[in-house]
Amino acid sequence: MDKTMSLSEAIRTHLNDGDTVALEGFGHLVPVAAAHEIIRQQFSNLTLARMSCDVIVDQLLGANCLTGLIAAFVANSSAGSLYELRRRVEHSDPDPLWFDEYSHGGMVARYQAGASKLPFQPIASYRGSDLAQKNPRIKSVPDPYGGSPIYVVPALNPDLTVIHAQRADAAGNVQAWGMLGIQTEAAFAGRRLIVTVEEIVDESIIRSDPNRTIVPSHVVDAVVEVPRGAHPHAVQGYYDRDDAFSRDWSALARDAEAVKQWLQTNIHDTADHEEFLALLGADHFDKLGIRDAYSRPVNYGGRE
Amino acid sequence: MTAGTPEHTDTKNVGEDITSSELLTIHSARALAGRRVVFAGHGLPTLATALAQRTVAPEIEIVYESGVTGARPPDLPRTISDSVLVPGAASVIPMTHLFNYVLQGQRIDVGFLGAAQVDRYGSLNSTLIGDDWEHPDSRLPGSGGAIEAMAGAAEIFLVMRRHTPRTFVETLDFVTSPSPHRAAQSEVGTMPAGAGVTHVITDLGIMTRFARDEELTLSAVHPGVDPAEVVRQTGWDLQVATDLETTQAPTPEELAVLRDDLDPSRLYLR
Repeated sequence: MDKTMSLSEAIRTHLNDGDTVALEGFGHLVPVAAAHEIIRQQFSNLTLARMSCDVIVDQLLGANCLTGLIAAFVANSSAGSLYELRRRVEHSDPDPLWFDEYSHGGMVARYQAGASKLPFQPIASYRGSDLAQKNPRIKSVPDPYGGSPIYVVPALNPDLTVIHAQRADAAGNVQAWGMLGIQTEAAFAGRRLIVTVEEIVDESIIRSDPNRTIVPSHVVDAVVEVPRGAHPHAVQGYYDRDDAFSRDWSALARDAEAVKQWLQTNIHDTADHEEFLALLGADHFDKLGIRDAYSRPVNYGGRE
Repeated sequence: MTAGTPEHTDTKNVGEDITSSELLTIHSARALAGRRVVFAGHGLPTLATALAQRTVAPEIEIVYESGVTGARPPDLPRTISDSVLVPGAASVIPMTHLFNYVLQGQRIDVGFLGAAQVDRYGSLNSTLIGDDWEHPDSRLPGSGGAIEAMAGAAEIFLVMRRHTPRTFVETLDFVTSPSPHRAAQSEVGTMPAGAGVTHVITDLGIMTRFARDEELTLSAVHPGVDPAEVVRQTGWDLQVATDLETTQAPTPEELAVLRDDLDPSRLYLR
């Protein structure tokens, strides 16, 4: 079954105003192009689930797409602050943000419960942390096997999950390598799933290395080829992280008007990701080249 | 050497141009001598762990929150999720495995962290400055994986760029990652597996604690630092070890590895 479609069509088909949408990727394989398309189509009242934040959180906030955020780390990786986010959290400027805060371990546990269709997941951390006192959704239950009460976090089942990967076939068997973050769990937890990839490849390539598949096709609703779809983050084996872009964002986003202007020029006034990339300059990705490092093929041979 | 080794050598090879971030990183790396499985947090812990691998702890297995274990990056990782960590690493595991089996599974010897504030028992704040979680004066990055590192690692080492009464406080603005002392006061949840913070490396000296209800004690000062000044710069009544030591100044070799090999662009050494 061919699930390939354009990014614009995939987002339009599978996202609705008011949804909880998970955009996952831990400093690598981040679905940035998808976030930009959500802005372009001017979705609103979304709650974003994003374990570890980055520029797309500020951009979605600046575009007034979000009223809620579920996260565990709210800085711009190591590049500085996310000032759109800080304005909302510190001053409700221009609007309050519903912020459902956990730790990374808590987010992992939430996606695991969601993917497993369990109501909640026990977690060994949080004893004595103010986070467990402040966030009413972090609760404790008696240990039915006789231990002390244990903290639990609720299942997270986003209406839509979007992940980015190196490659997939047209049916949506997704292969990724390098740092895999929480993408498999977020994919299974989502009610719908869009996968953007650097390349759509022939099924025979996927089937030559089945252990490389992180999400099987039965979970996937749409497959979209979006080269350089994770910029300014890295894609292992394709391009490096663009730290200058992320640092520049933290400088720019100190000024709310500058954010609005950036979004107008780079997102609203561009038709798609290709046009967005063109604004970066024709030689921009020359600086983000990588050194090849191939693995040795393994022998999948079975019965003779 | 471990933190606090007696210092009897002169410091003539060390110019006054050593920055405090260089000093911190070198002492943080030395503290890892003999340690094996080390979880390296954001920022200076990443640099210190890389320095330890090239100096006092070549057998160290560096573990990053991103799921990379046994990293031997040819270039300095710019963050804990830098793809440069992957080529040549021993494994890259999903974060579910990292958090459930490695951190919660108590496989980490030392978790190396930073924080905005620390208290006398080694509880950490990386969440906010102010007194209102919903509307803080300054919103900080938050836990990330710090709560799980504190709960699961055998020990936590902490590096603090600036030792001041605003960072070493009597009462944290927010307890992000609780010390075992603090956790013991709660009746809900699982007790931390390890000892919590055992070493704190700052620009003024080194503090240590070794038991759950023990406070951080000043065990060493850097050359030229008056212990009374460290007490003044600490927001609680800091105990000073009776056998207070002076740290051994950075060696030219350590400085060369740090400045020329590891961080020539001074990404971390700011």
